[in-house]
Amino acid sequence: MPAIIKVNNLSKKFKKINAVDGLSFTVQEGDVYGFLGQNGAGKSTTIRMLLTLVKPTAGDISIFGKNLFTHRGEILKDIGAIIEKPDLYKYLTAFENLALFAKISGIKAEKSFLMDHLKMVELDERAHDKVHTFSQGMKQRLGIAVALVHNPKLIILDEPTNGLDPQGIADMRTLILKLSRQMGKTILVSSHLLSEIELVANKMLIIHKGRKMIEGKVAELLDPSKSVVYIETLNDEKARQVIIESSWQRYLQPGAKGILLKMDKEQIPVLISYLSQLDIGILAVKPTHSLEDYFISLTTPNNYVESSAN
Amino acid sequence: MWNLLQIELFKIFKKPRTYLAFAVIAAFIFLIQLGLYVNGKDWMMFMLGSLDETMVVDYNKLVNGYAVCFFVLNLLLVHVPILVALVAGDVVSGEASMGTLRLLAAKPVSRTSIILSKYFATAVYVFALLIWIAVISLLVSLAVFGKNDLIVAKTSGLQLIESSDVLWRYFCAFAFAFIAMMVVAAISLLLSTLSDNSIGPIVATVGIIIVCTLVSEMEIPIYQKYIRPYLFTTYMLGWKGFFYIGSTADGETIKGSIEYLPGIIKSLVALLVYIVALVSSSVFIFRKKDILS
Amino acid sequence: MKKVLLINLFIQLCLFSQAQDVNLLVQRVKEKINRVNDYTADAKMKTNVSFLKVPVASVKLYFKKPDQLKIVNEKGISFIPKGAVNMNMNNIFSSGKYTVLDAGSDKLGKTVVKVVKLLPEDNNEDVVLSTLYIDEVNEVILKTKTTTRDNGTYELEMQYGNNISYSLPAKIIFIFNTKDYKMPKGVTFDFEDGSKKKTADEKLKNKTGKIELNINNYRINKGITADVFK
Repeated sequence: MPAIIKVNNLSKKFKKINAVDGLSFTVQEGDVYGFLGQNGAGKSTTIRMLLTLVKPTAGDISIFGKNLFTHRGEILKDIGAIIEKPDLYKYLTAFENLALFAKISGIKAEKSFLMDHLKMVELDERAHDKVHTFSQGMKQRLGIAVALVHNPKLIILDEPTNGLDPQGIADMRTLILKLSRQMGKTILVSSHLLSEIELVANKMLIIHKGRKMIEGKVAELLDPSKSVVYIETLNDEKARQVIIESSWQRYLQPGAKGILLKMDKEQIPVLISYLSQLDIGILAVKPTHSLEDYFISLTTPNNYVESSAN
Repeated sequence: MWNLLQIELFKIFKKPRTYLAFAVIAAFIFLIQLGLYVNGKDWMMFMLGSLDETMVVDYNKLVNGYAVCFFVLNLLLVHVPILVALVAGDVVSGEASMGTLRLLAAKPVSRTSIILSKYFATAVYVFALLIWIAVISLLVSLAVFGKNDLIVAKTSGLQLIESSDVLWRYFCAFAFAFIAMMVVAAISLLLSTLSDNSIGPIVATVGIIIVCTLVSEMEIPIYQKYIRPYLFTTYMLGWKGFFYIGSTADGETIKGSIEYLPGIIKSLVALLVYIVALVSSSVFIFRKKDILS
Repeated sequence: MKKVLLINLFIQLCLFSQAQDVNLLVQRVKEKINRVNDYTADAKMKTNVSFLKVPVASVKLYFKKPDQLKIVNEKGISFIPKGAVNMNMNNIFSSGKYTVLDAGSDKLGKTVVKVVKLLPEDNNEDVVLSTLYIDEVNEVILKTKTTTRDNGTYELEMQYGNNISYSLPAKIIFIFNTKDYKMPKGVTFDFEDGSKKKTADEKLKNKTGKIELNINNYRINKGITADVFK
């Protein structure tokens, strides 16, 4: 599978704040890639960098195998996006908005073609109403029509369920699956809710404070027989080095701060005795029972990951 | 680029705000015309001061379409920048506050062409506004007040321009006013790229014009010498130069002449330099800008 | 003593005869002027007034005895000096009673002229003194200088063409005083174009203005309605 998005060591600094800090990930063709993190974790900034709205401080992005900064126009032609709220021109009608964005995307769209798109998102009857009369859900649907009108290969959805009612959220889920399974689109979808991601994504990445915490296949990360354990030591760096050099390395979660391992519960005491033998002073071992717990722990104030990061 | 320009024009002319300017101008000109229709002669006598102590002149003939238009332009062109700012100040920041700027900038069009298409679309708007002013202030005035020689009052005296020598001056004046308004549009555009709300750039543009005009007009030597030559407002009234007719040594006007063409050309060049500098800065800033709105 | 008396008598006789001569001359000039009851004419008017810049205008002149004169620009606009009514000779003689004084001879260009001073006898008359420069051969006035109570001093210079028999000039130059001209503050539409401007003082001070009329197409004694002068 060729890589659709390849991000390498991407960073963005706003004055003194590291919004994104050395982030690397890869999205393969056909993936529904979940991008998970709290509000302010750096998801939006990353997505804006993928769409050339924000210039990275450091790092590389290549999309469709081409450098984003040297092949910008070519790449953006094949991307459709909804960025946060689907804000459109309120003083224009749904049809006018769609026609306008089709034109900017460089496609010559017939009226019937545009109406078909509006029908797809069930807005054909409101096609000639101004957008300021639309509900949030209708705007979201129009936003989707706009994102898809030029038939992009890659679809980037930033918090697509924000502000939607339960029915809207369910519809969005159905749409994402349809786009992926029936139309073969590659999708990057961000959210601050694991529950949403796990229902649609096949891979995911958890980001916190601009850094990668965990990346992997959703099925594996959410495997209930595995436990995620966080180990706090007197010397984290040394402990990490020891683990990397041993057979325990395969359990170590890449990119995470501190020492985070995913393993069968039974193996935890074995690891601890191994580390003790090597004179690594263990301060605490905190097991979490699922990825959900781990993700929630990130959002809790004074959580262990945060304290370890400091 | 052509696509983008069409889109920008579509957006501008779909906005209700755009038509506000046209309505305001129509109302303003109509009020002046009505006033002059009723009291034109008294107004003209007042304008010409102590002339009637020395000269006999047909004041009714002086109040003609050309004179009314000249009066309208003198009052109106000072205020048109506000109407220009109303639209130009909104082109980038308005989209930022509405949230459409990020959609636009994530499309396969360069940021440079986004800014330039917005500026050119504003130019079309300004052009339409001036055509509108020309139609109402010139054509309607000519229809209502008739055509005759144009009197222009300066502190150094009065000058009379034959009616057959007037129309081209209006064309030139409107063309000049267009360039002057495009400076205002460029200021608004620059401020618009720096802001995420549309009120800020509009108010700031108007503020800048007010301050610069005041400094331009203040007869304080240090301002006159060191600041005035660099202010765009100093050159914005250059359109009036087309109504300063050349004359022979004994005061006979020379048909088709301009008293001091180099002054107008200098103003024009200054304004064009302003436009190029401001638009390039806008492009530069917008290209570097992180779109976070 | 006798001698003195004789000389005195001689001088008085001479003066009398001279006065008789100029009176006669003025009378003849006046009669010639009086042959015109009315006229209309076309003219090109050139204005030279310090505070005005105006084009040469095509105007029409209307005259009706005794002293009605009107200059009309039918198409465009013209500034007509208030004293322009004095541009006809009848006006000088209109009051009727005046003292004629011989002021000798002079030369205007190449023409020898008789200089005559007219003093109105009525003290309420606006004209205080008129000086006429008369071409004795053609019996026409070539130049006048008139001092008035209210309108300052003005000068007229005339050149004659085809209508010399009616004493109607082909060209009149009218020189008059302009009052100080003041623009009301704040109504001017100035734009500083960087050209060198004369100071306002220099330009607008009490100065003389000049109007030049090149007249042609006289239609004499064809009758004219009084409406024209309203």
